[in-house]
Amino acid sequence: MSGDWRIPLVLLAVCVLAAAVAYGAPHVLSDYFVRIILLIALNSILVLSLSLSNGFTGVFSLGHVGFIGAGAYVSGILSIPVQQKMALLPHLPSFLHWFSLPFLPATVVAGLFTAILAVIVGYPLMRLSGYFVSVATMGFLIIVNVVLINASDFTRGARTFTGVPLETTLPWVFAWLGVTLFVLARLVYSPFGRSMKAVRDDTIAASAVGIGVLRARLIAFVIGAFFSGVGGSLYAHYLGSFSPNTFYFAMMINLIAMLVLGGMESLTGALVGVVCVSILSELLRSVERGFTFAGITVPALFGASQIVLGFVFILIMIFRPKGIMGDRELTFGLAARSARARKRREEQNA
Amino acid sequence: MPEAAIPLLHIDSLEVRFGAVRALKGVSMDVRQGEVVALVGANGAGKSTTLRTISGLSRPRSGSITFAGASIGGRPPPQIVRLGIAHSPEGRRLFGALTVAENLRLGACTRTDRAKIAADTERLFALFPILKQRWRQLAGTLSGGEQQQLALARALMAKPRLLLLDEPSLGVAPLLVRQIFDALGELKRQGVTMLLVEQNIKLALELADRAYVLRTGSVALSGSSAELRDSDRVAQAYLGAAE
Amino acid sequence: MSGFEYIVQQIVNAVSLGSLYALVAVGLSIVFGVLRLTNFAHGDVMMVGAFTTVLLNALGLPFVPAMAAGVVGAALAGFLIERIAYRPVRDAPDVTRLLTSLAVTYILENLGILLFTSSPRNFPLPAILNESWQLSGGAITFTNINLLTIALTFVSLLLLGWFITRTTTGLGMRAAAEDMPAAQLVGLDVNRLIIVAFLVASAYAGIAGVLWAAQAGVVQPQMGFTPLLKAFVAAIIGGFGSIAGALLGGYVLGALEIFIVAFLPSSVSSYRDAIVFSILIAFLLVRPGGLLKPNREIKL
Repeated sequence: MSGDWRIPLVLLAVCVLAAAVAYGAPHVLSDYFVRIILLIALNSILVLSLSLSNGFTGVFSLGHVGFIGAGAYVSGILSIPVQQKMALLPHLPSFLHWFSLPFLPATVVAGLFTAILAVIVGYPLMRLSGYFVSVATMGFLIIVNVVLINASDFTRGARTFTGVPLETTLPWVFAWLGVTLFVLARLVYSPFGRSMKAVRDDTIAASAVGIGVLRARLIAFVIGAFFSGVGGSLYAHYLGSFSPNTFYFAMMINLIAMLVLGGMESLTGALVGVVCVSILSELLRSVERGFTFAGITVPALFGASQIVLGFVFILIMIFRPKGIMGDRELTFGLAARSARARKRREEQNA
Repeated sequence: MPEAAIPLLHIDSLEVRFGAVRALKGVSMDVRQGEVVALVGANGAGKSTTLRTISGLSRPRSGSITFAGASIGGRPPPQIVRLGIAHSPEGRRLFGALTVAENLRLGACTRTDRAKIAADTERLFALFPILKQRWRQLAGTLSGGEQQQLALARALMAKPRLLLLDEPSLGVAPLLVRQIFDALGELKRQGVTMLLVEQNIKLALELADRAYVLRTGSVALSGSSAELRDSDRVAQAYLGAAE
Repeated sequence: MSGFEYIVQQIVNAVSLGSLYALVAVGLSIVFGVLRLTNFAHGDVMMVGAFTTVLLNALGLPFVPAMAAGVVGAALAGFLIERIAYRPVRDAPDVTRLLTSLAVTYILENLGILLFTSSPRNFPLPAILNESWQLSGGAITFTNINLLTIALTFVSLLLLGWFITRTTTGLGMRAAAEDMPAAQLVGLDVNRLIIVAFLVASAYAGIAGVLWAAQAGVVQPQMGFTPLLKAFVAAIIGGFGSIAGALLGGYVLGALEIFIVAFLPSSVSSYRDAIVFSILIAFLLVRPGGLLKPNREIKL
């Protein structure tokens, strides 16, 4: 199918722009803004990985942060330099002491590890629906947390896990975001994506027309978990040091807020949600630190930004439960144009 | 207009939709004081929807429902119960984890005349003696026939001026169906006004004074039970043949 | 200490812990029953109860009236949460309502942090409650807090039992939990039932919050989180939505946790919560109706 010639052009432009931002931003912008851009891109990967099961198959998982945490620790253990490993993690099985992986392979291994974990967890859990699957996946998150805290030979337990090389730069995150978007877009807007949505919209009807409900849900869950693991690895190499509670309920609520605000039935909606929540919370956070305006000093109000976010969340739930974008995609008119072009061609052929 | 001519329940061009589906397409009917009216028709004809809309579980899209002079279309169910319409729904819908006594007590939950409730309960025992034996038993453990009697009794506890009955013979052993319709006949003699939905047309027309035949959301046919019993047009209406 | 006394001591601990779980789980189940809502904010209502008690006590109110006020405060919080956040999404899909309750949790916890900071504060326990009783020459110890927990749970559950079996409103709540449309058809006012359900459930959360804080000796904004998660497990083990089930689940879970800690080696017992939540998942998969209910078909 030959689409609109403008599409590859626009995609190319986006890539060039992204590359320009990735390599140029650190020279032009202050560290603060570079950090915000990086976090937006990183959280986009995490929220997109969440959107596949939660938004497109209707299995609302509260456990994805468990995969992110697992990915972060796996990648961290693999990539701590050999000379530090002995000191930081003396009780690791010895074969893990011998080597240390570079960033990219460590990230891929983390993703594969969480994908396999997702097969094991998802195979039984994807039979559940509604709040049952939410509560069960929440149970999974808690179990991961307990294991991370107790498997101290691998994770240093509740103490800070540290020594992970700081390698997550803008180009890395942008590249992985590109891969995530590409894979998810191909998947969601394919025949298989349609069967996923059919499962979401009417499980019984979908299984009646022969769609494998369990299979569709499991594939979405596992692919989502892969990118969660990748995102976890990027997070680990961004933070350098973290603890099991970095990847717990606070992170889960934050990611879900982004997903739901933007619209979880749309890929670009997820991105819109990340950008909105990130900017809103940065703004609120600077207000929260206290400020002086027109001679009046407003004291620091820690927690106020979360309270405002919480209310925004509730208002969205009440007035726009499908989020800002609903199930529409942000295409800047390109999809419509290419559809029109296709129609014109068909009319000419006919 | 003389008092008797004003129907207790008057439905005029009632339309109900579920999404894009028009479940009722302008149904009109009357139920007069003391009358038993049967509502018959094939599956999906809109019988249950009519009852559910009268009792407030479904909202009318257009048309009116007037009960004892008050417009009740679209009001919430508890208000409609208080006005004097009790609905014994399809599938009985008893509270299975509650006892027979508790089910009956909830049936009377809109009433304030506490003293009379006990007397009414006694009167129901005369009609459905089995309920007295099962008094402390969980409703979910009763047999189908017993459950149907309890469902009827629960609706009657509200002391309704109009009783809506949806499929009282469904899931009841044939022997007990007779018994339930005998009880309904007794209620009719006592002057209870009823609107009855029933698959078993023969039984329904035996009990009812008049009947409406619904087909795909509209009234296809109506008349006295005797007329309808003797005509083959009811069967035609079921099969969809032209009138 | 002989084996027998050790076991008696563990039973005392299990009943005490189980009572707390039961109190929280009962509230969760009441709300789930009438509303099909997994109410994450329930744990924060506990926190409201405990903080109200601490505050009023600090302002000079004696402990017992302060505690009563804490319970009333919790009930009021529950009422407001329902009115402001849950009622507008009452007819929305499960997930929307679950997310709304998560948002409420998020707001309340951060409100707690804003007002009281996240560092723990002392819970002002009257000295008499800290006294302990010793049997068999000190082999079995229980504090007055243990006794108070068990006694208060017992009394409040008796009250609840009376309410749901003897009053029309209580019966109506159970009826609505079983079949909402049928409850409407007999003329029950569902709005009113839901309000009552939230008041009752939140009052129980308030009692549990005060007792939990009394046992821990401190209050802090996130104090409701752990008991909430445990109560979810208890309620689901017993049969979510069933009050008797929540009770059973609470005591089963309390006993299980004490058993794991008391009788298993520490290499296993440090995984206690992982074991507990694995059991939760197993129940959801194999017996989603819980211990008391026959299996309902809720798969796929």
